[in-house]
Amino acid sequence: MEIIKAQNLVYEYYSQDEVDGADSPFRAIDGVDLSIEKGGFIAILGHNGSGKSTLAKHLNALLTPTSGSLFVKGYDTTKEENIWNVRQVAGMVFQNPDNQIIASIIEEDVAFGPENLGVPTEEIKIRIKESLEAVGMTEYRKHSPNKLSGGQKQRIAIAGVLAMKPECIVLDEPTAMLDPIGRKEVLKTVKRLNKDEGMTVIMITHYMEEVIDADIIFVMNHGKIVMQGTPKEIFSQVDKLKELRLDVPQVTEIAHELKKKNIDIPDGILTIDEFVEAFSKLK
Amino acid sequence: MSILLKDVNYVYSPDTVYQKHALKDVNLVINDGEFIGIIGHTGSGKSTLVQHLNGLMKATSGDIIFNGQDINAPKYSQVELRQQIGLVFQYPEHQLFEVSVYKDVAFGPKNQKLSEDEIKIRVKEALETVGLDESYYEKSPFELSGGQKRRVAIAGVLAMKPKILILDEPTAGLDPQGRDDILEQIAKLHKEQGITIILVSHSMEDIAKYVGRIIVMNKGGVSYDGIPSEVFQYYKELENMGLSAPKVTYLMNALKEKGYDVSTEVTTVEEAIEELLKILK
Repeated sequence: MEIIKAQNLVYEYYSQDEVDGADSPFRAIDGVDLSIEKGGFIAILGHNGSGKSTLAKHLNALLTPTSGSLFVKGYDTTKEENIWNVRQVAGMVFQNPDNQIIASIIEEDVAFGPENLGVPTEEIKIRIKESLEAVGMTEYRKHSPNKLSGGQKQRIAIAGVLAMKPECIVLDEPTAMLDPIGRKEVLKTVKRLNKDEGMTVIMITHYMEEVIDADIIFVMNHGKIVMQGTPKEIFSQVDKLKELRLDVPQVTEIAHELKKKNIDIPDGILTIDEFVEAFSKLK
Repeated sequence: MSILLKDVNYVYSPDTVYQKHALKDVNLVINDGEFIGIIGHTGSGKSTLVQHLNGLMKATSGDIIFNGQDINAPKYSQVELRQQIGLVFQYPEHQLFEVSVYKDVAFGPKNQKLSEDEIKIRVKEALETVGLDESYYEKSPFELSGGQKRRVAIAGVLAMKPKILILDEPTAGLDPQGRDDILEQIAKLHKEQGITIILVSHSMEDIAKYVGRIIVMNKGGVSYDGIPSEVFQYYKELENMGLSAPKVTYLMNALKEKGYDVSTEVTTVEEAIEELLKILK
């Protein structure tokens, strides 16, 4: 079943023209067609300014299309009356954990979303418990968020979204500000939600290593989707990705460079295990 | 131009329930012309440490000696210290405020009371170094891309002509190409102008690629201090500290375990390729 469907989605905004002071529209998203199946782990890559975040903000109706259409679980996001339904389906986690935590006690922070939805108190209590369990932060429920690490704060932000019982979670560079262990924790949490609970995950990142387990990768450039495929298909195109200001995982790059030196190693190696296996077949 | 840290300690909110020993007996020598990487998990004391180096924070105990002089001595000029040791904060583009790129970069030298001519030269050089030409001078910093804004912010620090440049996660949030551009420019500054660079980063791959020496901070103390190939040998210990080694180092260890005669001291893609070609020959 499709949870997200965009057809010829266009988003334009106006910025002051520096020369004559006239307004000229800037097309941040330029005719995107997108179809995302429920339960998938989707990655969106693209350089700064390619339109990824603008697209992500459409998925929970923070922005709505200038033209074209976007349906989230069948709800047309351009219709004002659908906004709360859309946001109920698709929750969002942003880059900076410090901007997303508002309460002084963790369980109160997690409760903020469901409280605003008018969920009964008893039900909120259950949701807090379940959400904190899902991100592995139960023991911190009575703590202040101040003393948490970046990775822990980001997991609390995810718990806050989970408490609203979304079917889809959109993460816009959730690991950009985190240390290696924080990145690992967040990634593990997200993958677990996808695998064990069937949550649709849409993740934007600049770390190529984080998306090698994705079902599908979309690559954006100048507001358009320019590549689309499995991680193996996408990361096989090393030179094209570099042209798009992107990169490939280190292991993939090493295999690619060896191939250029006439070593007979396959394209699109993503993990250490795959590399070791391919390497052992060489001689 | 060396910096010497002797038994430096820093305690936050002493004698309260919030007391935290953020730096513990830190002893370090930072030599002229080094390119140093500082790694450590969030809260390990990295940022506290670098803020001590240019006098933004004062040690609770211990001495910091720059060029033979105690920077916390009452008569020592903090203005001069900050001119010589430039610090680029995380997300420095949040500190841009002027109406044009030129004015923003000129702000520091202007405060140094330099002549208009000298300011002009400084701004030009600094913007050139970060790869922004004259067509950017009159643009508003706020209409630039994220990577460009960050380069303007770095140029603002460079225009003060620091002898030592400290950068706290200069590439966070940038796309891979933007990340490489900034790091290449920093490497060039180090190579061509001999500026001492201290780079704080969460990317082990970037650290391995650029720095000559790694300082590992953990719980406020220095856990390891050495060249990348040495430090990343301790990848298991680093993992326990919330860190890791570059992916290539793990790859070489996996190949070694399979019985291949490869060095596990490899920390960059280039080194790995060379090493693998050797055994394939």
